Amino acid sequence: MIEVRELCREFTVTTKVGRLRRARTKVRAVDSVSFDVAAGEAVGYVGPNGAGKSTTIKMLTGILVPTSGHVRVAGVDPSRARRDLARRIGVAFGQRSQLWWDLPLRDSFDLLRSIYRVDARDHARRLAECVELLDLSGFLDRPVRQLSLGQRMRGEVTAALLHGPELLVLDEPTIGLDLESKERLREFLADLNAQRGTTLLLTTHDLDDIERLCPRLVVIDRGTVLADGPLEALRAEVVPERVLVVDLEKPSEPLTGIRGVVDVRIELGGLRQHLTFRKDETTAAAVIAAVAAQADVHDLVVEEPEIDDVVRRLYARR
Amino acid sequence: MVETYARLLVARLRGQFSYRTSFTIEVFAEALVQAIELAAITILFSHVTALGGFEVHEVILMYAISSTAFGLADLTAGQLNELPNYIRAGSFDMLLLRPLGTLPQVMVADIRLKRIGRTLFGLAAMAYALSHNDIAWTPAKVALAAAAPLAGAVIFGSVWVVACAVCFWLVEGQELANSVTYGSNAFTSYPVTVYSGWLRRLMAFVVPGAFVAYYPGLALLGRDDPLGGPAFLGWISPLVALAAAVGAGLVWRFAVRHYRGTGS
Repeated sequence: MIEVRELCREFTVTTKVGRLRRARTKVRAVDSVSFDVAAGEAVGYVGPNGAGKSTTIKMLTGILVPTSGHVRVAGVDPSRARRDLARRIGVAFGQRSQLWWDLPLRDSFDLLRSIYRVDARDHARRLAECVELLDLSGFLDRPVRQLSLGQRMRGEVTAALLHGPELLVLDEPTIGLDLESKERLREFLADLNAQRGTTLLLTTHDLDDIERLCPRLVVIDRGTVLADGPLEALRAEVVPERVLVVDLEKPSEPLTGIRGVVDVRIELGGLRQHLTFRKDETTAAAVIAAVAAQADVHDLVVEEPEIDDVVRRLYARR
Repeated sequence: MVETYARLLVARLRGQFSYRTSFTIEVFAEALVQAIELAAITILFSHVTALGGFEVHEVILMYAISSTAFGLADLTAGQLNELPNYIRAGSFDMLLLRPLGTLPQVMVADIRLKRIGRTLFGLAAMAYALSHNDIAWTPAKVALAAAAPLAGAVIFGSVWVVACAVCFWLVEGQELANSVTYGSNAFTSYPVTVYSGWLRRLMAFVVPGAFVAYYPGLALLGRDDPLGGPAFLGWISPLVALAAAVGAGLVWRFAVRHYRGTGS
């Protein structure tokens, strides 16, 4: 669905040097990025601010023309076949609206039907589906300017889907939303991907989005791809430690000397102990057995590293 | 395709009618501004008997054609004044995401219908001028009287497009663009004979301001060009308008290509 090879994009930045002289410098916002997204995949494209995420998205959607490199989206070259591509993909930006500010939401959808030349029956069917799944019926006749951010965002996503795109590109779709709205949107997108087979590419700062929606992650920083793979593999590779938290029946000295355990931290005077162990040297089962041999265990849990942690470590590794 | 743009426009109109009283006042205010300009011309004629070789009703005819044409252009192309805001706020990017051309999308993104005051006043002034000049009416002249404001509107619109395309390079270029668009309106409101030298040549033929009101005005009045131009110039405004539109379209295309190549 998406094919990106050695993609580069430079910007010329003019800065003042002295009173009248200006220096022009070239900045590479995207530097030799390559990745593929197969039809039906859901991929998270993450990175810190200024990493080159938006620039990549703009090149994928045909807004910007690459400086060099190769891009194919839904089989076409976005910069050459912008309009053709527009019919085949849906794009929703969290911080920009494609709806008409002072018109009722329903009228915006009507206009989009005309713009994308969607068959009336297809339009009605897709709209009815979105209205139901995203619960739009309560504010369909309200002007967009009176909608809450969560309502508007649901409107934006609907707007991006009415022409039945094969690929949905979302730029920061959950930014600024409250927890409930986020969850509702994620659920909808997960269903869309799983049941409709719509390919998803989303950029986000909210790693819960990734955890919930994207089996695969492409991490970008300073214009280059730092990592690309399933979230699980990245976790194992970047953060090889796991933490076993045990609640004991009786307070105890720190349970040291267990093979593979690299750090022990105690809480509640030794009643709760956090044992950090290396996954490549031992297993959770072996550590649990060793703990049980030393003390009576009341309860235990193995903590997976947070995705924030994974990404942070990836950045730190550079 | 045309239907889509029409629907976009109608949608904008509905938005505006929700503020009805201010709408009426604004239409009236626009017409008043035009009336004051016309008053200035008549006051001028209380001191002189001819302006650039033309008497008062002849000047009013040219003024009226120009005013109507500019009013019509302002209704549609006037929206291009918002282009710097669209670029800055990123909404221009949203237009690029749609399967439509960017120029018509910007033009119908909004319509300031209050500007119809200018057009309405221009039409009234045209009716006055056409009845107060001694015109030998023929079917061809009737057609010309109807076509001239439309061709003029297309010429103004083209000037507007080219001037505003500057904003793709200079986001602060709006002032420059305004001086070109509103300046060309000021130019076309008077017979080109009142100007001289390079300014006349630039505004009359490069911009092609002389084809908005001056040459069609001459043809309607049945007068020879005091500057010695051939008579057919009075009849070719629609062709000039077509050429201007094609040229403006090319400039716009080039500008958008630049934006997508180096925009932010």
